[in-house]
Amino acid sequence: MTGSGGKTIKVDTLARVEGEGGLYIKMAGDRVADVKLRIYEPPRLFEAFLRGRHFSEAPDITARICGICPIAYQMSAVHAIERALGITIDPMVRLLRRLFYCGEWIESHALHIFMLHAPDFLGYADVIAMAKNHREIVEKALRLKKIGNRIVQLLGGREIHPISAAVGGFHKVPAKSQLAQLAEDLEWALQTSLETVQWTSTLSFPDFEQDYEFVALRHPQEYPFNEGRLVSNRGLDIDAAEYEDHFMELHVKHSNALHSVLRGRGSYLVGPLARFNLNFDKLPEPARNAAIQAGLRPPVKNPFRSIIVRAVELVFACAEALRVTHAYEPPSAPRVEAPNQSGFGQAITEAPRGILYHRYVIDKNGLITAAKIVPPTSQNQRRIEDDLREYAAHVTAWPLEEATWKCEQEIRCYDPCISCATHFLRVTIDRG
Amino acid sequence: MSSDAKSLTARERTAKPKVAIFKFASCDGCQLSLLDAEDELLAVAGAIEIAYFPEASRNMRKGPYDIGLVEGSVITHNDAERIQQVRRQCNKLITIGACATAGGIQALRNWKDVDDFIRAVYASPQFISTLKLSTPIAEHVPVDFELRGCPINKQQLIELITATLAGRKPNVPTYSVCMECKRKANVCILVARGVPCLGPVTQAGCGALCPSYDRGCYGCFGPMESPNTASLSDQFRFLGQTDTQLSHAFRSFNAWAWPFRKASEEAEHP
Repeated sequence: MTGSGGKTIKVDTLARVEGEGGLYIKMAGDRVADVKLRIYEPPRLFEAFLRGRHFSEAPDITARICGICPIAYQMSAVHAIERALGITIDPMVRLLRRLFYCGEWIESHALHIFMLHAPDFLGYADVIAMAKNHREIVEKALRLKKIGNRIVQLLGGREIHPISAAVGGFHKVPAKSQLAQLAEDLEWALQTSLETVQWTSTLSFPDFEQDYEFVALRHPQEYPFNEGRLVSNRGLDIDAAEYEDHFMELHVKHSNALHSVLRGRGSYLVGPLARFNLNFDKLPEPARNAAIQAGLRPPVKNPFRSIIVRAVELVFACAEALRVTHAYEPPSAPRVEAPNQSGFGQAITEAPRGILYHRYVIDKNGLITAAKIVPPTSQNQRRIEDDLREYAAHVTAWPLEEATWKCEQEIRCYDPCISCATHFLRVTIDRG
Repeated sequence: MSSDAKSLTARERTAKPKVAIFKFASCDGCQLSLLDAEDELLAVAGAIEIAYFPEASRNMRKGPYDIGLVEGSVITHNDAERIQQVRRQCNKLITIGACATAGGIQALRNWKDVDDFIRAVYASPQFISTLKLSTPIAEHVPVDFELRGCPINKQQLIELITATLAGRKPNVPTYSVCMECKRKANVCILVARGVPCLGPVTQAGCGALCPSYDRGCYGCFGPMESPNTASLSDQFRFLGQTDTQLSHAFRSFNAWAWPFRKASEEAEHP
């Protein structure tokens, strides 16, 4: 239909993403005239609920923003509040939090790789249809996902909205023997993740690269979860406390989630691709070697190849979880007591989909007076639209149905979590 | 699309009960519970036709459906209309989770002035369309069964689907969390350690998770049948909880459920 003009790609309900959104692309001949990632997921206005609540409730309340990555919310919340209160956590609690995050990454990445993204590459509408012909792969995926969930369940009581994370530590910590019981499953998961890197690298990828600004945490010794400076491939290198000096949110009509941009530079990319490209040297050896064997070296600039990068991160998460199960000794107390005092603190942690920023202001009675949260999908939104502006021009010659599916697949490369993005609309006035 | 993806015949598909999963204002966690049922997922998918489940499938088949599972609460004009259409399309309509059965955490807006708040949040408030209240599905349409929890218990979900298909009553207990604590032989943290705990007024279903992890229950399964909130409120005050703390305890993930709503308002204005 090249040259026919006026072609429109429209998806009312995006499938296999978390939350509710749609896509609208207007073509004028070969040129893309307009791209809108429409986010109509209704705003739940969490910041209002946080104001006046005690800081100890923040991990439980913010978890409810997202059923897919509740631990990310709990981790950013507890770290920001601990910073506000000047609390230092026990090194073993820090280790347990890394394990907790490993569980969520394994669960979330297995869900995305096999159940949400792979069906696009293999030509199925969903994982159930895919299971008819690829039962073995789907069964492995389910077992992998279950192992991630098992870690979360052990540390947090249940997979979705776990109940044990607390400011200062955990409500209850496991015995050493309980962690040791995970080892056998994790060895299997590590092997399966290595096979997954290999398998995903054999999928076919469109020839599409973009010149991204990648943004992720970077830690001197570790592949990042809960700590580190926020860096980019274009010179950004800041502490979480400086986040709002460098990033801002814009309110656009077609989205109930604010668009986050780097001041003076525009869109940027967070998530597996950014973490991998900025922290390749911090991956444990099996993960790094698997990546190299799969032909993956930084910088990876093709968003479709994020499915392989997620698999590499699965290898990392399994290896890291194994390391923690061996190194763990129960701390003397499950948590450090958190006093009621005024304070102000920010934290950034790496959710499966990318950086998650929290800021809290707390008064002398321990009540939250202001909160700001910027989830990964709201940060990727502008970048997704920029990608589609380029990508739609590539597929415009294809039949409409196929072109539409391709554009959907491009969006799914980001594993967007629309529920998250919408649930964090800020309390503070945005003068853009 | 590869040809093997179409190998199921139309006849095989239509022979199974059609199930649809709808989302309103929520975190996606309750519908994720179905994908989290790793041991049962393929068996469930073999017994039913998952006809509409956008979170998991691109294939969105039209109604009518035998069973509709609804996640989330109603907070927009559009959703208030959409739930009417959903009800007309579903033979049995089941709500899953605290948002759909009690308005969810977003019902905390019900005690605030939402318009003021939106003006404070957005640079362009005219872009935003939202209702003043977050309300459960049953305030809009008749509901055949309400499954509690924030999030729901996935085993209860499997039991509910199985029972509905078999035409029997689901085995979902309505007694309190205390029963589950007793069964696990937990020492009562409210009595023995003076920890404020909503277990005595909260419906079972979680497996007494919080008391098992050394903390008080925060009521995420909502009120049990005929809860004695007044007596528990007295106990909370006896333990030194302030009016605000007591009000907040009842006002969280099931804040708009009537017994909790009433208890939170009584605490606020004693």
